[in-house]
Amino acid sequence: MKQQIIVSGIGGQGVLFLTRVIAQAAVDRGIPVLTAETHGMAQRGGTVLSTIKVGDFHSPLIRSGQADVGLLLWEANLAVHQGLLKPEGHLLINADKPGPGMRVDAGGLARELGNAVLSNLVLLGLAVREGALFCTAADCEQAIRTLAPEKFLAQNLAALHRGMGM
Amino acid sequence: MSDVKDIQLLMGNEAMGRGLIEAGCQIAAAYPGTPSTEILQAVIDRRAEAVEPLHVEWSVNEKIAFEVALAASYTGKRAAAIMKQVGLNVAADPFMRTAYLGVKGGLLAIVADDPGPHSSQNEQDTRLFCLQARVPVLDPASPAEAKEMIPAAFALSEQYEVAVVLRPTTRICHARQNVELGEPVRLERRADFQKDPTRWAATPAFLPALHRKLNAKLAQIAREPAWQPRLAPGDGSRPRTALVASGIVHGHLVDLLGELGLDKAVDLFQVLMPYPLSPDFIATLHRDYDHILVLEETYPVIELQLAHPGAVGKQGGAVPREGELTPDILHQVLADFLALPRPPEVPAERRGRRPSLCPGCPHRVSFAVIKQTFPKGIFPSDIGCYTLGMNLGAVHTVHCMGACISQGAGFYQAYAQDGDFPTVVVTIGDSTFFHAGIPALINAVIQKARIIVMILDNATTAMTGGQPVPHLGRAADGGAAKAVAIEPLVRAGGVDFLEVCDPYDQPRLAELLRLADAHIRAPEGGVAVIISRHGCLMEPSVRRGQESFLVTINAACIACRKCVDQFECPALLMDAETGKALVDQDRCVGCGTCIPVCPVAAIVKEKRP
Repeated sequence: MKQQIIVSGIGGQGVLFLTRVIAQAAVDRGIPVLTAETHGMAQRGGTVLSTIKVGDFHSPLIRSGQADVGLLLWEANLAVHQGLLKPEGHLLINADKPGPGMRVDAGGLARELGNAVLSNLVLLGLAVREGALFCTAADCEQAIRTLAPEKFLAQNLAALHRGMGM
Repeated sequence: MSDVKDIQLLMGNEAMGRGLIEAGCQIAAAYPGTPSTEILQAVIDRRAEAVEPLHVEWSVNEKIAFEVALAASYTGKRAAAIMKQVGLNVAADPFMRTAYLGVKGGLLAIVADDPGPHSSQNEQDTRLFCLQARVPVLDPASPAEAKEMIPAAFALSEQYEVAVVLRPTTRICHARQNVELGEPVRLERRADFQKDPTRWAATPAFLPALHRKLNAKLAQIAREPAWQPRLAPGDGSRPRTALVASGIVHGHLVDLLGELGLDKAVDLFQVLMPYPLSPDFIATLHRDYDHILVLEETYPVIELQLAHPGAVGKQGGAVPREGELTPDILHQVLADFLALPRPPEVPAERRGRRPSLCPGCPHRVSFAVIKQTFPKGIFPSDIGCYTLGMNLGAVHTVHCMGACISQGAGFYQAYAQDGDFPTVVVTIGDSTFFHAGIPALINAVIQKARIIVMILDNATTAMTGGQPVPHLGRAADGGAAKAVAIEPLVRAGGVDFLEVCDPYDQPRLAELLRLADAHIRAPEGGVAVIISRHGCLMEPSVRRGQESFLVTINAACIACRKCVDQFECPALLMDAETGKALVDQDRCVGCGTCIPVCPVAAIVKEKRP
């Protein structure tokens, strides 16, 4: 099993948490995983990108045209990061207007749940429902249970489920 | 002990932090800096996992961190100093001499490089620094390997009584990987400093002998079996051809060769210790290979030592001399070297949205008021979140930690000798002030520089995630420490004008700036210091402690873009439909500091319902 995933957004949108959830799901399944993340100054509201490589890899970075899945929390990043995706790759975007890729108003659904930052897990829910990822809904739930602080756990699981259309 | 492997998803920096604990490190000192910060943070977070006493500290700067660790090593204990690459410049003085004098207990400096750079003022290569300093340096290719190298590095350090450097890069530090945990070793060492002034206080008379000894040690270290380059042999289809890679580039290369179906096509060497480079390895390459591609970040350190006529790399331009060696660039380089079909050109990197100060950030307000008060001023600034003040036109120079005060003084001296001088307003963060600002302030005072120094005191080291600062009275482990306040330090430095202000009170801050300007221009004037004090909004207690209004933009908006372009709060944007400014309520913190920016008073605030 090998899968290359990008998670794109801007600082403060929960890109790092979403990255960790997906990577933890791999660890829980006993699959090797490598991620690369944006830390430091770019996190201050600027464009951030995480790459996740699941399976037998040695580097965390993804070449152009090699990503199987793209999860975009910030639509304007499409121009910046779309080139990383395979032509036949799964592209899932948090957006409230039509355009390329499969779109969901994750921000809007997250606000209904009480916090716009939950859009990260809403989008994950959609990706799981679409069968885009190597992992199942149960894997994601387990990873969220491992990583989320207790007081946010219910909210985080609700966001995942909302994204799955439940 | 259980037979079940403990495998955790760890960031490279967390893996190294855990590695220090497993290796019996008892003194760990660091100054935060991207991409190294989370190493010590991991040691702090996991200090309960240590089986022996463990001292952790956020030192005031990297030189101090190194010296603290160094003396601890003299007592026979294992110690580590952790910093980013430019931190080693600050620690260069003790670091260079340590090579000659050596150490007792294992001394490991973890120095994180930032090819790119992503979050640094340059992309210098610590491996080249080590070549100059004559200190062995290790170049891990993954988070797991970085952790594995730590106990071996301590062992090497103790065997030869030399300091050793572990050089991860951003892509190791901020990668995550499934990493296997081991049991922390119990060394049971008691501090035991063996006095030997001919070594620990070596005067020039003793240094030639120490230098000779160092060179002899390096010759042996270069031949240490555990640190020889590793060969993954090819299938012989490309004879007398080799790839040589170190660090994360080795990882990129292995993946790339696999994806191209070339994983056994050519002999591949991984260099674990780029300096001192194994003479046997160099001899092998000279004897058995005619064509060699050297892949390393960021400077040609291996390439220089190889001195092989058939080697190509950064010196001849086969590999780009600057920037990160990303898998896309690597693909092009490899295609050229192995005469493969050339991949499509890598599109010029698009950076996307630029970073900006957070909504409600007190620095933004300080910058707005400085710019408004002195439209023609010169504004030297420094390293930290507040570097982003350049987006607001209120930062004209950024150089290195603490440089802004001395640069401000230099600007003054150069202008003043011609007659009139512009108002120079220096901005420096609280942590940076402690790091390297204090000597510069004293210098500015005694040299009679007429400048305004604004200390942006947000009570934290914000850029790197909120490490404690000396005036908080909080130690790295969360315990109480003596608080060292800024004001008495400034006064003791001979500053006669000192005022403190919350920048959210914009009229007051503007008034103080005008008074400060009068002071620096008065006959008996000199350096004026204003402490602009408001907690960092990333700190939850600061957010909770300040009132949050409902801020909106009403119909009076004339779409002049002033608030969006000049104040640059991420919560302010132009509405594509109406063409007018809009407050993004998801991001607005309700501080209302943007209100004075609007020329037609269209930004309004009200109490939240």
